[in-house]
Amino acid sequence: MKRRVVITGMGVLAPNGHGLEEYEAALREGRSGIRYIPELKELNFACQVGGIPQGVEAIRERYFVPEQLISMNENISYAAISAVDAWRDAGLTVPSFDSDEVDWDSGIIVGSGIGGMDTIANIVVPMVNAGKVKRMGSSIVEQVMNSGTSARVGGLLALGNQVTSNSSACSTGNEAIFDAMTRIRAGLAKRMLAGGTEGASPHIWAGFDAMRVLSKKSNDRPEEASRPMSASAGGFIPGSGGALLLLEDLETAQARGARIYAELLGGHVNCGGHRMGGSMTAPNPTGVKRCILAAIADAGISAQDIEAINGHLTATFADPYEVKNWTGALERGPENFPYIQSTKSMVGHCLGAAGAIECVAVVLELYKGFLHPSINCEDVHPEITAFSKSIPHQTVECPDLKIIAKAGFGFGDVNSCLIFKKWEE
Amino acid sequence: MDEKKIFEELINILRLYAKDPALLETATKDTHILNDLKVNSARLVDVIIKCEDVFGIEIDDDDADKIRTIGNAIEVVQSKLA
Repeated sequence: MKRRVVITGMGVLAPNGHGLEEYEAALREGRSGIRYIPELKELNFACQVGGIPQGVEAIRERYFVPEQLISMNENISYAAISAVDAWRDAGLTVPSFDSDEVDWDSGIIVGSGIGGMDTIANIVVPMVNAGKVKRMGSSIVEQVMNSGTSARVGGLLALGNQVTSNSSACSTGNEAIFDAMTRIRAGLAKRMLAGGTEGASPHIWAGFDAMRVLSKKSNDRPEEASRPMSASAGGFIPGSGGALLLLEDLETAQARGARIYAELLGGHVNCGGHRMGGSMTAPNPTGVKRCILAAIADAGISAQDIEAINGHLTATFADPYEVKNWTGALERGPENFPYIQSTKSMVGHCLGAAGAIECVAVVLELYKGFLHPSINCEDVHPEITAFSKSIPHQTVECPDLKIIAKAGFGFGDVNSCLIFKKWEE
Repeated sequence: MDEKKIFEELINILRLYAKDPALLETATKDTHILNDLKVNSARLVDVIIKCEDVFGIEIDDDDADKIRTIGNAIEVVQSKLA
């Protein structure tokens, strides 16, 4: 029999709030974390707004000593802050650096879509090009290596199980959670931190601006800029931040008397193979539907049991297609469709961190019994007006809410779907 | 620059790299940078670069290899400033 996996701790550093309390308040209020970023204007970006966690420097200095800070770029900082928060939230203790105790039962999977671009752009490229390799110092590799994030957190928390960084574009955060779940189910770890992180560097966002997939329509109205499912959506708004969830074997969690937020019933990840309408940048609808159905089967529920969907829903032309894919997979039309919401309407698209930041929202919703509004879509996209009543424009209190499906899709035609359930004894 | 001043500057530099900066309060010339201050060995490179900047000197790899204690570092800096 599969081991059951529950969530016992969470940490989040999002554009609209740091920590569970602030983040929940922001979600309930429908508070946007999207701001005007003057640097983007100076750099001639078409999109000049974005989501960046606020006050991070002060948080970093409160959490870490100078020796740790010198090798923590944005990407790593966001993950490290979220990891420490999640660990403490679960009732666990951050070990001292001079203790030789290693936690062999706990590990971490945390990745990024792009990664330590600030280090590459601000240090590696200019210094190497100027012939100053010798002056770069010792902390470059640990900040630009793909596993830099998990490596740093592994050391902070003395983790002795699997410590790795995954990457699957905008599906990264969900994928990390899925992989951590399967590891615990297999009995290979008792506890896994899982999530994603993404820095706020313009050098990360530049490629998307160059592709013209970022919205340039709302530079003067940042809080209204991220418009998933809206008729006036003009592309996604870049975001950044980090989030980690502590997944734990149910028995282990109960044995230590841990507070349980929710159960991760199941999930699935796959790829559409860049065929049947799929490509590097567009999802194969068959792949999406297969992913959703496999997640439902893995969770041991039926499509009818899903009460709400926290979609990928980025505010590009793909939103109506996503809704259609859900309809096809669940075989539930507009009259019988679950609630559907986009956390990105408030935080933008946090790329590799998106899935994790949004999963924290989902778990909070189940634990506290509410659904946050999907803001900026009062003008529902014409292709999905039939689904209007499924979109919450205000917070909905729903204490009996039991099951939410969370999806994420990414470049490379990759898909992920996770099924969360309210914890009940 | 006298020895006392060099020592103080070195302590300031090491403050960035010691895992527990409080250890610097009791540091002497005999304090071992890696063993006593728990500086990660990879960070010695950064200590050398900082010394070059702060004291306006150049430290080659052979001299850098001689540095084990704060006293060793003082000697290398003094030899370059001489």
